[in-house]
Amino acid sequence: MSVLVGKETRLVVQGITGKEGAFHTQQMVAYGTHVVAGVTPGKGGQTFSGVPVFDTVQDAVRQTGANASVIFVPASFAPDAILEASQAGVDLVVCITEGIPALDMVRVHQARATLPGRLIGPNCPGIISPGKAKIGIMPGHIHQEGRIAVVSRSGTLTYEVVDQLTRLGLGQSTCIGIGGDPIIGTDFVAALGLFAADGDTDAIVMIGEIGGTAEEEAAAFIRAHVDKPVIAFVAGTTAPAGKRMGHAGAIIAGGKGDAVSKIRALREAGVHVADSPATIGKTVKAVLGRPGM
Amino acid sequence: MKIHEYQAKELFRQFGVPVPRGRVAATAAEATVVARELGALRVVLKAQVHAGGRGKAGGIKVVEAGGGIGPIAEALIGMRLVTHQTGAEGRIVKKLLVEEAIEIAGESYLAITLDRRAKTPAIIASPAGGMDIEEVAAKTPEKILTLPLLPTLGVRPYHGVEVARFLGLSGEQAKAAGKLVQDLYRLFVEKDCALVEINPLATLRDGRLVAADAKVSFDASALARHPDVVAYRDLDEEDPYEVEASKYRLSYVHLDGNIGCMVNGAGLAMATMDIIKLAGGQPANFLDVGGGASAEQVGNAFRILLSDAAVAAVLVNIFGGIMRCDVLARGIIQAIEQVHVNVPVVVRMKGTNVDEGKRLLQESKLAFILAEDMGEAAQKVVAAAREGGRS
Repeated sequence: MSVLVGKETRLVVQGITGKEGAFHTQQMVAYGTHVVAGVTPGKGGQTFSGVPVFDTVQDAVRQTGANASVIFVPASFAPDAILEASQAGVDLVVCITEGIPALDMVRVHQARATLPGRLIGPNCPGIISPGKAKIGIMPGHIHQEGRIAVVSRSGTLTYEVVDQLTRLGLGQSTCIGIGGDPIIGTDFVAALGLFAADGDTDAIVMIGEIGGTAEEEAAAFIRAHVDKPVIAFVAGTTAPAGKRMGHAGAIIAGGKGDAVSKIRALREAGVHVADSPATIGKTVKAVLGRPGM
Repeated sequence: MKIHEYQAKELFRQFGVPVPRGRVAATAAEATVVARELGALRVVLKAQVHAGGRGKAGGIKVVEAGGGIGPIAEALIGMRLVTHQTGAEGRIVKKLLVEEAIEIAGESYLAITLDRRAKTPAIIASPAGGMDIEEVAAKTPEKILTLPLLPTLGVRPYHGVEVARFLGLSGEQAKAAGKLVQDLYRLFVEKDCALVEINPLATLRDGRLVAADAKVSFDASALARHPDVVAYRDLDEEDPYEVEASKYRLSYVHLDGNIGCMVNGAGLAMATMDIIKLAGGQPANFLDVGGGASAEQVGNAFRILLSDAAVAAVLVNIFGGIMRCDVLARGIIQAIEQVHVNVPVVVRMKGTNVDEGKRLLQESKLAFILAEDMGEAAQKVVAAAREGGRS
C-alpha cells in the first residue's frame, strides 16, 4: 500500500498540450502512471501522445473515470484549474504551477472548503509512490519501492534526500512535495497523519525550511499522534532574517520562522533532526538500525 | 516588494485611511517650500529608506516652523542612515517626507497580513503602539489581538467593535477605528499586499485617529496585475546584485561570505549554504538557477556570482533530476569559457547521464574540482577558497 497515489490512480493532466504538461505527461506515462485524459480548453476531441484531450475536467471525469488531476497551467489560470478539478469531483488535485498570488490561493482555499478532494501544492514537485505511479515532475529513476515515507517543502532537496535513501537501500512508500508557498493545500500535519496511518510506512522523513510555523505545528502533531520514527532536516540555518530565499514562503519575518526554533521544536517532539543535508539518509539508517525499531 | 513611507501614505489617502498632511521632498529647498505650504507650527522631517528604526538612528527630526528647516533637511538628505534593519552599510537618504507635526495623545498598532495557519488575511492589533511589535508579541502576547478574516466576508462591523475595544477606544474613535480597519483591508486585498502596517496609529489630542507611520509591502507573485505598484519600486533600495539577477529570473540573495553558490531549487540552495557553513566556510550568496538551468542561465549566474569581489571559490550543486547532466556540463563549460572565471570551481552534479557529464568536465581542460556528494563538495570548496582565491 501507499498513500494517495497508486495503481488505482486514473490521472487527468490539465494543460497537457503546453510545453511542461506535454513533457511530464510522457515522463509520467513512462513511469507507469495511468494517464487517462488531458484537458486543454478548445482542444477537446484531439489526442495527445495517445491520451484523449477534453475541453473540461468534468468531461474527462465523466468519460474516462479520472480520479486525480495534475495542473501544469500558467499561474494566472491555475487557481481556476484547481477549482475546476475540485468541482469535477476528483479525489486528488496536484498543482505544480509556481507564482500563484497568495490572495488567489486564499480564495481557492475558502472555496475548496465546501468541495471534495485533497489538494497538493501549488509550487510543488508532486507525489510519487515508487514502483506504482507518479504525479508530478520528480525524476522517477532515483526512487525505489520501500517503506520510508518522505514529506517536504522543497523540490530538488527532496530528490537529494530520496537519492541518499535509495543508495542506502532504503526504499520509499510515498514521497509528497507539499510546496514552497505560504498557502498550500496539504500541509505537513495532513501528510504526517496519512503516513502515520499507512500500514506500509515504517518511518517518515520530513524536510522543512525556514519561514512560517509549519514545522512547529508538525512537531506538536508528531508528539501527540505519530508513533513511527520521524527523521527531519530544516534548510536555511544560515539564512538571514527578512530575505526571501527563493520560495515565497521561505522568509524569516515577524520574529518567526528561523531554523533554530524549528529544530528545537522538532527535537522536543522526539524527532531525529539531521545536522547536515548530506547525512539525512544515514540518520534514517541509524534510527532504523536501533534495537527495538 | 517594499515601498517608501511616503508612497504607502499616498495609498492610504487613496483608500481613505487618515494620514498627517505632508509631501515628499528631494532637496532642502523643496523641503522648506513644503513646510511653508503646510503652515504648521512644527514639522517633522522623515528620512525615506526601506528600513525600520529610523527614529533611533537619527533619521527623523522635529523642527519648529521657520526655525532652520533648510540646514536640517540638508544634513538628512545624502546621509548614510544605519538602523538595526539596514545592516552596517546603511542606506543613503535620497528623499524626505515633510509632514505637519501631530499632537499625539496615545499610540497603538494595527496591521493586516497573511495568517498562514488560518490560510486567510488577519487583522493584528495591539494597544502597545510605537514599539517593536515582535518584541511585544514575544514578551506580552496578551497585548496582541489576531483576527483571521474570511475573504468572502471581509471586515465586518463586529471586527471593528472588537479591534476598538481591544485598543481601548470608544464612541467616535471606535467608529473611526472600524472604518479604518475596513479601508486598510480594502487596500490589502485590492493591491495584493503582503503587509499593511500602521505603527504607531496615533490618537490625537483633538480625538482623531491618524496613521503616523505607514508600511506596505506587496506579494511578488501578484505584481504583474498592479503596474501602479511596480511604478513605486525604488531600485536604489535594493541590492544591486539582486536587481541584476532578477533581470534573468534568477533568485539571488547577497550574503557576506566568500563562497559563491550556484544551485537548482530553493530548498537545495539553502541546504548548500548550510553545509558550507558546517564545513567551516561562509556562503557569499543564495542562488537558485531554477529547475531547468540552461547554458544561458548558468552563464548569467556565473557572471553575477563573480561580480562580487569577495567570492574566492564557487560551488555548483545541481541535482539534475530529469535534466541531463551532459547538457548541464556543456552549459557550465560554455559559461566558463565566455565569462572569465578566475576562481576554483567545485562541481557536484547528479541525475541522468551523470557519467557523460563528468567526462565532459574532465576533458574540458578547465580546472574543475569534481565532488560526488554534498559533504565532499562543501569540504573541497572551503579548502579551495582558503588556499587559492582569485588567480
